[in-house]
Amino acid sequence: MKALRRILTLVVKEFVVVMRDPKSRFVVIAPPIIQFFVFGYAATFDLTDVRYAVLDASRTPASRSLLARFEGSPHFQQVGELRSEAEARRAIDRQEVRLVLHVPSDFGEDLLAGRPGRLQVLLDGRNSNVAAIAMGYVDGIVQAYNAALPPPPGEGLPYPAIQLAERAWFNENLESRWTIVSSLGGIISMVVVVILASLSVAREREFGTFDQLLVSPFRPWEILIGKSLPSLAFGLLDALLLSAGAVLWFGVPFRGSIPALLAALSAFVIAIVGIGLFISAISTTLQQALLGAFIFVMPAVILSGFTTPIQNMPEWLQTLTLANPMRHVISALRQIFLVGADTAAVWPQLWPLVVIAGLTLPGAAWMFRHRTT
Amino acid sequence: MGDRGISRMRLSGFLRKEVRQILRDPSSILLGIVMPVVLLFLFGYGVSLDPQAVPVALVVEDRGPPARDLAARFALSRYFTPVPAPTMAQAEAWVRKGRIDGVVRIRWGFSAEVLAERRATVQLVLNGVDANRARLIQNYVRGVVATWEEMRRVQGRESPRARVAVDHRIWFNDAGDSRHFLVPGLLTLIMTLIGTLLTALVIAREWERGTMEAILATPLRTDELLLGKVIPYFGLGMTGMALSVVLGVTLFDVPLRGSLLLLVALSALFLLAALGLGLMISAFTRVQFVAAQISVVAGFLPAFFLSGLLFDLQSTPPFIRAVSHLVPARYFVTISQTLFLAGNVWDVLLPSAGTLAVMAVVFLGLARRRLAKRVPPP
Repeated sequence: MKALRRILTLVVKEFVVVMRDPKSRFVVIAPPIIQFFVFGYAATFDLTDVRYAVLDASRTPASRSLLARFEGSPHFQQVGELRSEAEARRAIDRQEVRLVLHVPSDFGEDLLAGRPGRLQVLLDGRNSNVAAIAMGYVDGIVQAYNAALPPPPGEGLPYPAIQLAERAWFNENLESRWTIVSSLGGIISMVVVVILASLSVAREREFGTFDQLLVSPFRPWEILIGKSLPSLAFGLLDALLLSAGAVLWFGVPFRGSIPALLAALSAFVIAIVGIGLFISAISTTLQQALLGAFIFVMPAVILSGFTTPIQNMPEWLQTLTLANPMRHVISALRQIFLVGADTAAVWPQLWPLVVIAGLTLPGAAWMFRHRTT
Repeated sequence: MGDRGISRMRLSGFLRKEVRQILRDPSSILLGIVMPVVLLFLFGYGVSLDPQAVPVALVVEDRGPPARDLAARFALSRYFTPVPAPTMAQAEAWVRKGRIDGVVRIRWGFSAEVLAERRATVQLVLNGVDANRARLIQNYVRGVVATWEEMRRVQGRESPRARVAVDHRIWFNDAGDSRHFLVPGLLTLIMTLIGTLLTALVIAREWERGTMEAILATPLRTDELLLGKVIPYFGLGMTGMALSVVLGVTLFDVPLRGSLLLLVALSALFLLAALGLGLMISAFTRVQFVAAQISVVAGFLPAFFLSGLLFDLQSTPPFIRAVSHLVPARYFVTISQTLFLAGNVWDVLLPSAGTLAVMAVVFLGLARRRLAKRVPPP
């Protein structure tokens, strides 16, 4: 009972430290919300209005009807007509267009003679992912055009002879926003939590009040709880708020169970608090703690599968990412939101988070006493 | 004290203090020199958008030669690692568990349809949890099927037909290797980290510790104070930058098609803008915690999300596009991707460089004005 009251006083003090300063209060509340909207809109791999130019050397009804299909597509936006390959080169160099559709002069004759007519697509490879996706859109439009071509007289073979019946599960229209936004709450709350937790001890170290705390009747684990709770509360609140935002604002489906979401987010935030406190405990100054936090955050975000898939990494790096709590929570969040996982289904992601928390929290408590300035 | 200029003696004294402060604290050296190398190494290997050896289940219900032939094409493709599945139900269970990314199903009767020159259907089920990956895999599957059809046509086993064939040419990056555009982008991220983050703390730290008031009481001028803060971190940032470029070109074979001199000059310009942003945040907030949070929100995250490093800005809503124009990293991503992959395209480089110069002047100017105000009222 006494221990409880002691912890409570510590927790109240920690909350007051964050909420007292209006600037501090502002930065734990406003940036997560701003980030959520900005990144929710900005982070998409889907393309709209890809700017293109046309170089039509054929000028036949066939080439015009093919190009008209691009004009009608929501993915493309025509910005001009070119007269030579040199102009095409310049337009791409200057990033005026992403791609140039070049119809060679023998296009019409080839088609009439029953040979394949060539459509040459020149793409700006400075962002090869955008180029690859745009290429997919081009192929789709050309396929639809081919399918609509009248079959030659006397032959019954439809085009294409092989039809792909494509279906995507869990994300029927392959909207990359669903993929990104469903895990955005994890990323944003992590930044807040790591910074809050890594500062909590280091600030006291820098101002010399941590020694006072150590000689007070608090036990290390009580200090640990007192230091964890505020970051834990802010982190969980942010993560839940942003998860709700994903569903209510961005229209991401929520197909899983709420207990699974709570379990995944809690385990994740506890693991992150453990890492933050550990960084804090080994730092002697505020600057060291903050830089330590960033040294953790950068690789944790980029090697998490958030934007680029883990499966594309070399084997050794994939193994290394198992130690990254971010990887597990992103995978869990996507499973819960899109696939419809319950707590049992996300267990493979949950236990690594519990292990990480189980290593870092006691590690931090041990460091409180054994690292002295 | 009539002199308004910069005194070399005062400046060098202050610089010595700053440099010693950096050298004494291993964390800033770690961030400035070691981190760029480690990060570039990790990111160079870890950040790739190109699916390779994608595990797909093959459900071949038809035993005819065309069906087996098509299935064999998937095994030959470097993009796929086909896993034979006994039944569709089994394959679907694997997709649900996330063990495979897709199922290609060749139904019973496929071979008969192909041999009779009727339209045959191949079924493709994709795991859409990672939409971008699924879309690329979809393109690969279409490619495999189209190549197979083309081959049959060339061999005369299928009658020819007029249609449009698409030739793709990706300029600057023939192989479509995503690393080639991501490594130049990562340079931007690393320099933002050093430039904005490290400097965001330096003035805030002096205020928080109370040493700023001591500095203000010395004859040190505002310009000297600002220069003393900029020069050491500029050196640190350029060193990190140089290491990253060497690593990117040697280890990851990213071509550098533009001029190296231009890359150095424009990097310096970007670093000044990033440093200016950091110092401005630092001068305005005066609290390290707040400065750190703001530099993440205004520095690191926009450099990642709003710079065009990974995501296409043209496809974002107009509001986001407008905001992205305020992000220095956006201009440097354009510069470095162009210099590395396309070469010295002045029409792209000049406007971006000009904008960066304006940003550097504005940020450093605002930081200077704020510093000149001296001790704030309580």
